[in-house]
Amino acid sequence: MDPHKLVKMANEIAGFFAAEPDRAVALEGVAGHLRRFWDPRMRRELLRWVDEHHGEGLKDSVRDAIAAHRDKLLGGV
Amino acid sequence: MYSVKELDGGTPPRVSDKLVTLEIDGTQLTVPAGTSVMRAATDAGVRVPKLCATESLEAFGSCRLCLVEIEGRRGYPASCTTPVEPGMKVRTQSDKLARLRRGSMELYISDHPLDCLTCPANGNCELQEMAGVVGLREVRYGYEGKNHLAVIKDESNPYFTFDPSKCIACSRCVRACEEVQGTFALTLDGRGFDTKIAAGAGNFLESECVSCGACVQACPTATLMEKSIIDQGQPDHAVITTCAYCGVGCSFRAEMKGNEVVRMVPNKDGHANHGHSCVKGRFAWGYASHPDRIKQPMIRRSIDDPWRAVSWDEAIQYAASEIKRIQASHGQGAVGGITSSRCSNEETYLVQKLVRAGFGNNNVDTCARVCHSPTGYGLKTTLGESAGTQNFDSVQHADVIVVIGANPTDAHPVFASAMKRRLREGAKLIVFDPRAIDLVRTPHVEASYLLQLLPGTNVALIDSFTHVIVTEGLHKEDYVRARCEHPAYDKWKAFICEPRNSPEAMEAVTGVPAAQVREAARLYAGARNAAIYYGLGVTEHSQGSTMVIAIANLAMVTGNLGRPGVGVNPLRGQNNVQGACDMGSFPHELPGYRHVSDPAVRALFSTAWGVPIEPEPGLRIPNMFDAAIDGSFRALYVQGEDIAQSDPDTHHVTRALRAMECIIVQDLFLNETAKFAHVLLPGSSFLEKDGTFTNAERRISRIRKVMPPLAGMADWEITAALSNALGYPMHYDHPSQIMDEIARLTPTFTGVSYGKIDRLGSIQWPCNDKAPEGTPTMHVDEFVRGKGRFVITEYVPTEERTSRKYPLLLTTGRILSQYNVGAQTRRTRNVIWHDEDRIDIHPHDAEHRGISEGDWVAVRSRAGETALRARLTDRLQPGVVYTTFHHPESGANVVTTENSDWATNCPEYKVTAVQLVKVAAPSEWRREFDDFTEQQLGLLPGPS
Repeated sequence: MDPHKLVKMANEIAGFFAAEPDRAVALEGVAGHLRRFWDPRMRRELLRWVDEHHGEGLKDSVRDAIAAHRDKLLGGV
Repeated sequence: MYSVKELDGGTPPRVSDKLVTLEIDGTQLTVPAGTSVMRAATDAGVRVPKLCATESLEAFGSCRLCLVEIEGRRGYPASCTTPVEPGMKVRTQSDKLARLRRGSMELYISDHPLDCLTCPANGNCELQEMAGVVGLREVRYGYEGKNHLAVIKDESNPYFTFDPSKCIACSRCVRACEEVQGTFALTLDGRGFDTKIAAGAGNFLESECVSCGACVQACPTATLMEKSIIDQGQPDHAVITTCAYCGVGCSFRAEMKGNEVVRMVPNKDGHANHGHSCVKGRFAWGYASHPDRIKQPMIRRSIDDPWRAVSWDEAIQYAASEIKRIQASHGQGAVGGITSSRCSNEETYLVQKLVRAGFGNNNVDTCARVCHSPTGYGLKTTLGESAGTQNFDSVQHADVIVVIGANPTDAHPVFASAMKRRLREGAKLIVFDPRAIDLVRTPHVEASYLLQLLPGTNVALIDSFTHVIVTEGLHKEDYVRARCEHPAYDKWKAFICEPRNSPEAMEAVTGVPAAQVREAARLYAGARNAAIYYGLGVTEHSQGSTMVIAIANLAMVTGNLGRPGVGVNPLRGQNNVQGACDMGSFPHELPGYRHVSDPAVRALFSTAWGVPIEPEPGLRIPNMFDAAIDGSFRALYVQGEDIAQSDPDTHHVTRALRAMECIIVQDLFLNETAKFAHVLLPGSSFLEKDGTFTNAERRISRIRKVMPPLAGMADWEITAALSNALGYPMHYDHPSQIMDEIARLTPTFTGVSYGKIDRLGSIQWPCNDKAPEGTPTMHVDEFVRGKGRFVITEYVPTEERTSRKYPLLLTTGRILSQYNVGAQTRRTRNVIWHDEDRIDIHPHDAEHRGISEGDWVAVRSRAGETALRARLTDRLQPGVVYTTFHHPESGANVVTTENSDWATNCPEYKVTAVQLVKVAAPSEWRREFDDFTEQQLGLLPGPS
């Protein structure tokens, strides 16, 4: 999967949850959306991008969401 | 006219709490107040002669055939225009009445050709029948005098003729065009002997007529007559079925001669359409017998190889072996399936079952992905159910109607007629659209507000609209406090009231004057009942799901949910978008919108299907393309969907299709996707199989087989055969058994069965113990999720921006005569109205670029380039251009981008930055397309 496209998609998800005033809720929203709607191979590729490229291009909220909910995102990966 | 064997009550039925008792021909009867004497008589089994009356139209009282005698009244009143009164005593037969009726009939016949034996209406002509009923035995006036017998027939319309020599000037056609369709294309021109029906200034084809067929249906003679009846004669039987075009889901009578359809007539008992139709459902069914139909299974190793016609068994075995081979080499997740929303519920259910139980993964999706997937997400999040909240009849109770990003007169014409009727009665209309759609100004209808926003700014506009309502205190705080989650509401309220969401702040973004937004918002909030209807102009955006949520927020905060006349109503593009979603076609949900991660739900299906269910979501259609390009997805089973034409960024899609090792296409035609396929399984049309469709109002209706499948197998049988070949057994004798399985496993369908649908005519889900006969209005006392949930909807601009290189915004849409990718309608005579897609451009932008009407214009975007001929129009504001995508050679999706909705990946078809340049000829892409098409057609086997 093209990691640049996954980065763009993840950032767009974060864009929706950015309006949530409670940051913890927002991060949970981002991670939960990835968990509920992304095929495991997409999540795997995104995590690899974070690990190998320091999440280049990702919004802070995506990086933080992944950091906070990595175990949840790894489910099934 | 209504076809033979159908009783016509003469005037519409009335509904009233007040009942009236009267006597007709000595028989006492009780009917609702407001009923005409004619209708009361018919309901009592007494037939009063009539010509100008028919039950789809209000009484007119011109033919003088339905005269009756009423005790205590002078004269002979027309029974059609006389309402019943308590104690009234009516006589329908007497010597005097008989003489009067014969006299009227004699006058009609004195100017009517006596060619009954060769007339196409022979056997189904009300004039002929009434002449018999009144006992006409002579015409004393002769035929030598002045008459209309030599008036020339108008054969311009591709589907029906207008023969003025047979016209009795009863005005039924004129009234049908006005009352039923709402187009007002016909008129009674002239007076006395010179009276004639006129379709504008010229013929029918050049007139405003939209070919809905209402006039033809209303005509009591052969004046307006279907060409199919002229060619084939009268039908001998009829079968009730459901149209296979848009999400209105009109009920039809397929009128047959043996196995041949001779006419499709809208079913007057149809709950969605109440006897009305549009040009597609009524007339454009010829594709089902078009010579382009694929009639034999075919296989090939490579897309450069010739197709080889094989037996069903060989094709199925080959397809199964390829899926097994690819899974063995590349993993269980390397294959998947896609259905079209044109497929029935049963077919869609079977395909997702095949993928989940036979393929062993969740890589299943439906074309709702590219249209209404944001509706599912947005309405589930806020209200708790992924469906529209009302029935269509609800619009008759609306006082303010908001149409957002929809074009009902073109895409949902029969519902548009119902909506226009309510608007003519005085309901107010607000339209959110970059384009001035027809509904904005149509006969006797004018929108109060057209909020002509820039493409891509929906959320900014609705946030500012809602801001006005909440900051001005026009919302229903009590309703919200009682029915919605409080903390979420308080948080949302603080957000929406922020000054940055005001119309004044958003005006620069949306392009809509703040004062207009304020006035329109006040109109909506002040209505007793306000209803929102929306289409793909809402969903096909990068913020499609956000916009659906914002619509639900608006309806909740104004208390416009849970009763007739209000609601949030997604107008679904295709006939079974709702059903396809209901049936578990999305890769994250099992039937009934239950997430695959839920162990209890998986256990239910695992037990029923005898296999474990994968707990992780699968690939969505765009993800499948990406995975195909990276090599992890290699085989696809596509039933009825044409992804190569309909999905955005054609270059990317075709690259993905070329990358796959096995594409199995099951379709009626060699569509664009089939040109990249390795297995071609001939599909069956809606006339060739049993099943159900679920329309935009959650209404489940039957489709019934009226002829055998052209290639021998119905689609559900093909899927079952493929599953059996893969080693996962599927054995059903009839689609009703599939529905029984759906009902066993889906709480909202528990009470649904073919027997109940046959008994009730149709059922709106949820249908279960709580609602055994279905649910017309949802969320009545509480929302499906319990408390309604407000969600913050921050406007986030799309990344698709205009620039110096791409200074215009392209948006896309549909027109009346064609349907989506056009695979069906392009193979009918509908092409007379739309034989090519054009690019609409404002005259100002055209002049700036030296573009004139009809010029070839290159349309360039960041994704690609195509060329279309220009049409100049001021429906659009400068800076915005528009096209349709009904013809594959147009390449509309060559220029659309991969941008998509953040939540669902629904493509952003509605916003593409482009430049338009006048050119001399079609594009390079078009030349490549033509060459590829020629090559692929050349690889088809010759006639067997």
